[in-house]
Amino acid sequence: MIKKIGVYLLLILAAFLSLFPFYFMFVSGTNTNADILSAPPRLIPGSMLAQNFSVLIEKMDIFRVAFNTLFMSILFVLLAVLLYSAAGYVLAKFEFRGKGLIFGFIMVSMMIPPQVMYVPLFQMFISANMTNTYASVILPSLANAFGIFLMRQNMVNFPTALIEAARIDGYNEFQIYLRIVLPNIKPALSALVIYMFTSMWNNFMWPLIVLETKSMYNFPVALAVLDGNPTNKDFAVILLATAIATLPILIIFMLFQKQFVAGVMGGAVKE
Amino acid sequence: MKLKKHAFFPYAMLLPTVIIFGLFMIYPIIYSFYLSFMDFSGGTYSFVGLSNYIELFKDPVFYKALFNTFFYLIIQVPVMISLALLLAVLIEQKFIRGRGFFRMATFLPTITSLVAYALIFKVLFNTDHGLINYVVQLFGGEKIQWIYSAWPARASIIISITWRWVGYNMIILLAGIQAIPTEMYESASLDGANFWQKLRYITIPSIKPVILFTTITSTIGTLQLFDEPYILTQGGPNYATITLGEYLYDNGFTFLKFGFASSLGYVMVIIIGILSWVQFRMTNEKEEK
Repeated sequence: MIKKIGVYLLLILAAFLSLFPFYFMFVSGTNTNADILSAPPRLIPGSMLAQNFSVLIEKMDIFRVAFNTLFMSILFVLLAVLLYSAAGYVLAKFEFRGKGLIFGFIMVSMMIPPQVMYVPLFQMFISANMTNTYASVILPSLANAFGIFLMRQNMVNFPTALIEAARIDGYNEFQIYLRIVLPNIKPALSALVIYMFTSMWNNFMWPLIVLETKSMYNFPVALAVLDGNPTNKDFAVILLATAIATLPILIIFMLFQKQFVAGVMGGAVKE
Repeated sequence: MKLKKHAFFPYAMLLPTVIIFGLFMIYPIIYSFYLSFMDFSGGTYSFVGLSNYIELFKDPVFYKALFNTFFYLIIQVPVMISLALLLAVLIEQKFIRGRGFFRMATFLPTITSLVAYALIFKVLFNTDHGLINYVVQLFGGEKIQWIYSAWPARASIIISITWRWVGYNMIILLAGIQAIPTEMYESASLDGANFWQKLRYITIPSIKPVILFTTITSTIGTLQLFDEPYILTQGGPNYATITLGEYLYDNGFTFLKFGFASSLGYVMVIIIGILSWVQFRMTNEKEEK
């Protein structure tokens, strides 16, 4: 009995420590800077939300930043789904020359730190006169092997009999992929969508390098710039902005917990 | 005949991906190797042979970054994986109610952007006004200079990263644990095995590949660490928390030393390759015994 209580206490402590920073972030957005900096900080909701928000929109074009982040995330997800589902499907279900080489490269590339590529990529986008564009953020992020791996792992067990039957029925290969395979792997696709959406929503280092003007910033870069500005530092405003940037992902998580977890798992346990 | 009919199909499906990877991964990797032998100054490149690499191995900041990165690796990864394993095992205990809640709550930090959670922790770790120091004082401790002195700054980064990633690893380990047949635990209970014995002789051996997977991904992640030190400590005080990732960013994009940054990138690739190989070998060898 004592053991059971001990386990519960540990789990409750873990849950509390995990959730508290979220609570602190949301509550602080409704308090004043002085509230946050008093000892102990005020931990109940205040009435400064509107005031903080009006200060925030003076310092940061939050609607523009929200649009940039959302637009890049959606476009990235669309392209990623097209690319990775096609690649994953043929890597899972077809035999062809060069397959081993391509799959091997994809596996190895997951270990290469993207930072290694940032200097040459930056040079490329400068020469193409394309820095500070949505494309400059999205295109290099598409060279992400994890999504292909996730798709491939989920399609390996797709019943080959279904594909064969469709061939006999006179479907061509593209029709089979679009009408038979894709509709049948919806859970894996939604896991991919959520994983990719989150990773672009939270993308920081590369956008920090390649985005130059405030009007192009995504949330992470805009937050870092807001925090980096030493004049009139207002933690309430910073944490409010952080809360606004986090809220959409939080809502998506609440709605699609299963797919979220499946995206994280990838091919970790399968096979 | 049948094969010929759709022989071109796999290539057509792979073509866009191959183009993207070729342009934005293979080409940069090769170009980066070339750049690592060049020096960029006054807007032009000139060939300098190995001097970037020589400069790198003479630079004391490089060794600080290397030390910090390995320090985070050696302390943070085992602590985090152990915590994740413990959490996963506890959540899976038969008598636990509200399993879904505990799973969701501890997983939640995984969804935050690295910048967002680093900002929250920056406020919590504030020396004079932060909640963490308030709690420290409540328990009779002295105020800790979290961000502004070397070891506490490193500790604050380790604590933050652990908060962010424990749930991620916990979920992966959990799936591994769920795949273990319950009969194994039942017969162990009949033989009088306690919690720790079951953990040591059943759970850990059964999910070794999953533990290896989480260890390798955490190692890769730690070696790429950038966002957290950039936001929390700016690599300071006096480079006490700088990581290889941030050192690369500073050289490449603050000082525009493109060649030097490229040589550093290559050194990082080699380090990651060696570490992954060592970890892989270590677990394989143990299995053979």
